[in-house]
Amino acid sequence: MKTKPVAEPSTRTQQPIVTGTGVLGIKYNGGVMLACDTLGSYGSLARFRTVKRLEKVGDFTVVGASGDLSDFQKISSMLREMSTSDSAYDDGCNMTPRDIHQYLGRVMYNRRNKFDPLWNELVVAGFRDGKPFLGAVDLIGTMYEDDIIATSFGNYVCLPLMRKAGTNLSKEEAKQVMENCLRVLYYRNTKSSTKIQIATVSAEGVEIGEPFEISTYWGYSAFQHTEYHGKRL
Amino acid sequence: MQAPQLPTSQVEQPKESRFSPYQNNGGTCLALAGADFCIIAADSRLSLGYSILSRNTPKVAQLTTKTCIASSGCNADMVTLQKYLKFKIQMYLHQHGKEMSTPAVAQMLATTLYHRRFFPYYTFNIVGGLDQNGEGCVFSYDAIGCFERLKYTVSGSGHALIEPFLDNLVAYKNTDNKPTIERSCDETLELVKDIFSSAGERDIYTGDFVDIYIIDKNGTRYEQFPLKKD
Amino acid sequence: MFRNQYDTDVTTWSPQGRIHQVEYAMEAVKQGSACVGVKSKTHAVLTALKRSTNDMSSYQKKIFKVDEHMGIAISGLTADARSLCMYMRTECLQHKYVYESPVPVQRLVIDIADKCQGCTQSASARPYGVGLLVAGMDQTGPHVYYNCPSGNYYEYKAMTIGARSQAAKTYLEKHFASFENLELKDLVKHALTALKETSQNGDINAKNASVAIVGIDHPFTTYDEENVQQFIDLLDKDEISEGATKTETDTAMQE
Repeated sequence: MKTKPVAEPSTRTQQPIVTGTGVLGIKYNGGVMLACDTLGSYGSLARFRTVKRLEKVGDFTVVGASGDLSDFQKISSMLREMSTSDSAYDDGCNMTPRDIHQYLGRVMYNRRNKFDPLWNELVVAGFRDGKPFLGAVDLIGTMYEDDIIATSFGNYVCLPLMRKAGTNLSKEEAKQVMENCLRVLYYRNTKSSTKIQIATVSAEGVEIGEPFEISTYWGYSAFQHTEYHGKRL
Repeated sequence: MQAPQLPTSQVEQPKESRFSPYQNNGGTCLALAGADFCIIAADSRLSLGYSILSRNTPKVAQLTTKTCIASSGCNADMVTLQKYLKFKIQMYLHQHGKEMSTPAVAQMLATTLYHRRFFPYYTFNIVGGLDQNGEGCVFSYDAIGCFERLKYTVSGSGHALIEPFLDNLVAYKNTDNKPTIERSCDETLELVKDIFSSAGERDIYTGDFVDIYIIDKNGTRYEQFPLKKD
Repeated sequence: MFRNQYDTDVTTWSPQGRIHQVEYAMEAVKQGSACVGVKSKTHAVLTALKRSTNDMSSYQKKIFKVDEHMGIAISGLTADARSLCMYMRTECLQHKYVYESPVPVQRLVIDIADKCQGCTQSASARPYGVGLLVAGMDQTGPHVYYNCPSGNYYEYKAMTIGARSQAAKTYLEKHFASFENLELKDLVKHALTALKETSQNGDINAKNASVAIVGIDHPFTTYDEENVQQFIDLLDKDEISEGATKTETDTAMQE
C-alpha cells in the first residue's frame, strides 16, 4: 500500500511553554512599584526557580511580564534595542513610559493579527515629569492604564487586597502590601513561589531589587487537614 | 446484499483549543441627536469575564470639533480603530484644509470596517455629532460596516436593556403620551444619566463612570458622570 | 550663462572637490523669497515673505503645518517642499500612531536630511531644490532647524534663508542674544522686522507676510491675511523703526 506524506498545517505559538504567573503593579506616593515571583513553570513543573521577569527600559521605565518567558525575553531584547537607538540620537529626548506602553500595545496587536501572538500580559511602570505611570498590555493588544494592576491569577487573588490597601502609601507600606499579596498568592496559586523580586520607579530613577525569599505561615486552621472522607484525623 | 455495518469508534473526539484573537471587554455606548445638538456617551469600565480590569478606560473619542465616536467590544480593536480614524482625519485636514464632516467620518468608518470584512474589528461603534447643516446626527454600525443614520442609538453590552426604552422615551413608540415640545439638551443629558444608572444596575459590564460628550454649535463639552462601582 | 564642465550629474566630482549639482540646488534656495525663524525659551516663530507672480494671482504659500507641534517655512521650489512636507506629515502621524506622542523635532529633521542626502549621490536622483526652516516643540523645548538640499542640517537660535536674507541675517546677528527671554509678542516683532529687511520695497503687509508660532501650550498655528494684521501692527510702533529706517538709509553699510 502506498502512503502519501501529508503536510501538517503550519502552526504558530498555540500555547505558552515556560510560564511566569501574576505581576503586580501599584502606584504609591512618589512612585510606582512592580512585584512578581521568579518561578518559571513548565506546565505544572516548577522548572526554573530564579527567572527575572522585570526589565528596565531606558531611565524611567520597568516592564514586568507574566505568560510565556521566552516571548518576554524576545520582547526584552526588542526594548533594549529600542532604548539603545533612542539614546543614540543624543538629542535630549527620551521615550516616556507612556511611549513604551503604547509601542508594546502596537507590537502585541500586530502579532495577534498574524495569529502569532507574544503570549504575555505585560505591566509597564514608569515615572516621568513628576508623574507615576502604570499600564497593562496583553497578548491580543488590550491596553489600559490604572493605579493598580495585577495580571493572570493575581487579578483574582491580589487585586482585591491591593484595592483595599489603596494608593495613599509610602514606599515602605507599598512594599509590605506587595509582599503580602505575593504571599497570599503563593498560598493558593500552585504556579507561584516564595522567591520574589520588587522594582520601584520614582524621581530617583529605576531600582530593581535582587530576588529574595518571603516567609509563609501554614498554621491557619483553614490550611489544616482536619477531615478525610468524613473521618476526623 | 447488505453492506456490513462499520464499527463506530468509541474514542472521544479530540478537543482543540487554540488562540483566540478576540476578547469581549463589554461596555455600553449611547447617542442621542436633537435638532441642534448631539449627546454621545459610553461607560468607562473595562471587563474581562467576571473581572473588572479597569474602571477608567475611555471608549469615547473626539475625532473633530463636531464629531465623536464611541466603541465597545474588543478593547484592542477599539484602540486600533480609533487611532486609525484619527490618522485618516488628520490626513484629510492636511490635504483639504478643512475638517471632515460628520457624515463623511461616518462613511469612512463604514469603509474602514468593511476593509476588515473577513477578520473584523470586533467593535460596536456609534458616531455622533452635527452634520453640515448643524443638525444633530447619529450613526449606528454593525461590526463589519453596515450603518444607518438615526435619531438615537445604543450598542454594546447594555444594548438589549436600553433600546426598548429609547423606543418608548425618545421615539414615543407604544405610548399615547407624545409631548408637543422636543426634549431640550439639558433634559436629554438627564435622560442619558438615568439610562446609564439603570443599565448599570442590571448589566455587570456597565458601570464605574460615564464619559459624556455634548456637541452643539458652541463646540464639544465633556462631562463625567459617576456610576456604581459594583 | 556660466557653465561648468563637471556639473552634469551629482555623481561627478569637480577637481576642486565639489558637487556642482548640489550647489546649484542650494542656489535655488537663495532664489526663493525669504523666511525667518527665531526662538525664545518658550516659543519658536517663523515668518515668511510671500510672492505673487502678478496682480491676478494669489500669493504663494510659504509656511506649512506638519503637525500640532511642528511646521516648516520654505524657500526654493515649492513643489519639492510640498513633497517633503507630505513625507514629514506622514512620519509624524505614524509616530503618533505607534507611540501616541509627537516625534522629537531633531529626529524628523534627521530623516529629512537623510532623504536629501540620498539625492546627492545617486545618478538617477535630483537634489531637492528647497531649504526648510523647521520650527518645532518637544521635550527639550522649542527648536529652529535649517535643512539644506545638501543633506546638512543645523540648529539655530535665529536663522533666515532665501532672497536678500543677508539683510535679515545682519539684523538677527545684532539682536539674537536677547531673544531667549523675550515675550512672544516681542519675538514675533523681531522676526517680522528681520523679514522686512528682505522686502524689496521695505513693505510688508497682511497680504505678503505669513507668521507661524509654536510653543509651550501653543500648538503650531499659521497666521495669514487678516489674522496676521495684529502682528504687522506691532511693527508700526516707533520702537521697532530702528531696523526699518536703517534699511532706507544705510543699506549699503549693512550689506
